[in-house]
Amino acid sequence: MTLSPLTQALNRGAIAFILLLAAIGVIVPILNLLVPPSSPFHVSSYYVALFGKYLCYALLALSIDLIWGYCGILSLGHGAFFALGGYAMGMYLMRQIGGRGVYANPILPDFMVFLNWTELPLYWYGFQSFPYAILMVLLVPGVLAFVFGWFAFRSRVTGVYLSIITQALTFALMLAFFRNNFGFGGNNGLTDFKDILGFNVQAQGTRAALFGISAFALLIGYVICRVIVTSKLGMVLVAIRDAETRTRFLGYRVESYKLFVFTLSACMAGVAGALYVPQVGIINPSEFSPANSIEAVIWVAVGGRGTLIGAALGAVVVNYAKTYFTSGFLAPYWLFVLGGLFVAVTLFLPRGIVGTINYWMERRRDKAMPAARPDADSAAAEDGVASAATARPAK
Amino acid sequence: MERNEKIATSLLYLNGVSVSFDGFKALNNLSLAVENGEMRAIIGPNGAGKTTMMDVITGKTRPNAGDVLFGGISDLTKLDETQIAELGIGRKFQKPTVFEMHTVEDNILLALKADRRVRGTLFWTETAEAETRINSILEIVRLKHVRERVAGSLSHGQKQWLEIGMLLAQEPKLLLVDEPVAGMTDAETRQTAELLKEINRDKTVVVVEHDMTFVRDLGVKVTCLHEGTVIAEGTIDQVSANERVIEVYLGR
Repeated sequence: MTLSPLTQALNRGAIAFILLLAAIGVIVPILNLLVPPSSPFHVSSYYVALFGKYLCYALLALSIDLIWGYCGILSLGHGAFFALGGYAMGMYLMRQIGGRGVYANPILPDFMVFLNWTELPLYWYGFQSFPYAILMVLLVPGVLAFVFGWFAFRSRVTGVYLSIITQALTFALMLAFFRNNFGFGGNNGLTDFKDILGFNVQAQGTRAALFGISAFALLIGYVICRVIVTSKLGMVLVAIRDAETRTRFLGYRVESYKLFVFTLSACMAGVAGALYVPQVGIINPSEFSPANSIEAVIWVAVGGRGTLIGAALGAVVVNYAKTYFTSGFLAPYWLFVLGGLFVAVTLFLPRGIVGTINYWMERRRDKAMPAARPDADSAAAEDGVASAATARPAK
Repeated sequence: MERNEKIATSLLYLNGVSVSFDGFKALNNLSLAVENGEMRAIIGPNGAGKTTMMDVITGKTRPNAGDVLFGGISDLTKLDETQIAELGIGRKFQKPTVFEMHTVEDNILLALKADRRVRGTLFWTETAEAETRINSILEIVRLKHVRERVAGSLSHGQKQWLEIGMLLAQEPKLLLVDEPVAGMTDAETRQTAELLKEINRDKTVVVVEHDMTFVRDLGVKVTCLHEGTVIAEGTIDQVSANERVIEVYLGR
């Protein structure tokens, strides 16, 4: 029974999720653009923008789940890769403004004119080209993750130490991007975008298209992750997560595996950031703030670590709750709600939402067909005897 | 002259190996030669350096002095764990270490000799040959009836066997087995002795064990370590009659 990697990856749940994403990506823009606002089926532009943003968060959550849920690498700095992808896109959008800026300089973005710069810094070259910007969206987070991972994994930095270094990474980048002379707009970041590929970023049609593209990007990201986690490579990742030393003694070069998923995950986070920026209209250094990265990890925990779908779902659920509770009379209580949510998830749903559902379904299936596994009961009974017998001290 | 001969015929050759941790000498000028095809039992009191010796052979610990040669050529002190595993040395840990979330057969599959590179595993597909190998190994370690269960649900003894099965799947030339019967019932201990003898038919095995009945069951050459050096070597009867061994290990 030789299965191609793709058919192996796409079980019923995965196909359902892919179809759902495809449907959302097509139907929501249609309901926004073609259905008149008077119709009950009309989706307002407000919700298109809001959920477009959530789809980007979902892709970020997916990238975190790939490394944390499957390989045990807890990155508390993934917001940095998201923000770097966002900045690469922001630089393209800035160059598109051209002479329409406040200072009407055809080459230099406004903030550079304001700082009395006369020449475009070298690292801004090329960003007027969309394909170049897209390449940088993948390359900048990817190369940073590769270099960072190369040193960290080769030196066998693991667990909480790695988490702390990733926090330091994103914090250091935040401080750097806050500086005016770093050349990325300092404190204010990049904003006042006009158009993307010739389309007005504010226009309803552009926003609907960005929503559709975000859904599609999430779909592709999901398929890539599924192919990886259902391959033998995915089995090795889980092996590394659960018993790293054992994996090493079996002859696997653990650092290569970690480096591969970490770099891939950073590229995915970069794409998420790049789609996020035109939808929210701004990117500034606060995107690097350590709290953002931690929040993203919490989405994954809420949705269900090591389930992929759960990560995406967790990002949408937590962010929708955040939007809901931070507007209106509940606003002062949002932090209590957030805190309460995490306590509740830790206490009652340690596997997260999707993890818990999967667990129930597996248990029901096991109960429903005891005949299919005749050894299950007798083996369990044997276990009882064996563990009682092995209670004697080892030495 | 005699030394060169030893190197040539030994699969594993340790010469004057010393390891110290913060001044404590875990291994002190240890020399040991294991012949190709041999099974060797290593005994000794706690802290004699048995596990440290395994760590040195598998690349986990670098010795401060001495040579470790594998197959007469490869200098193991210059290689890391992965390279040493690739050379054909498999190791079972003192505490059974298996992949608890994977099924029994997937544990074997992961250990199976195959392309270990990232690309190789990403595009790997199951072959009939691999299936046969897995079946035969599960047969040998007596775990065929639990192949679909996750390894975490196995009993302690079954985990020990699964780990030995994983060693076999690696197709190593040399198996290092650290305390394979710790925590096993008497019946399981006897079965394990049988299992190791079976494995020894075509592989070299080094077993570290405390259980003297088990060592006697194996019926092989015994080396006794104490304070990081060899104090006696020979048959189990010779070693257990040795004055020093009785004094430091067996007791009077």
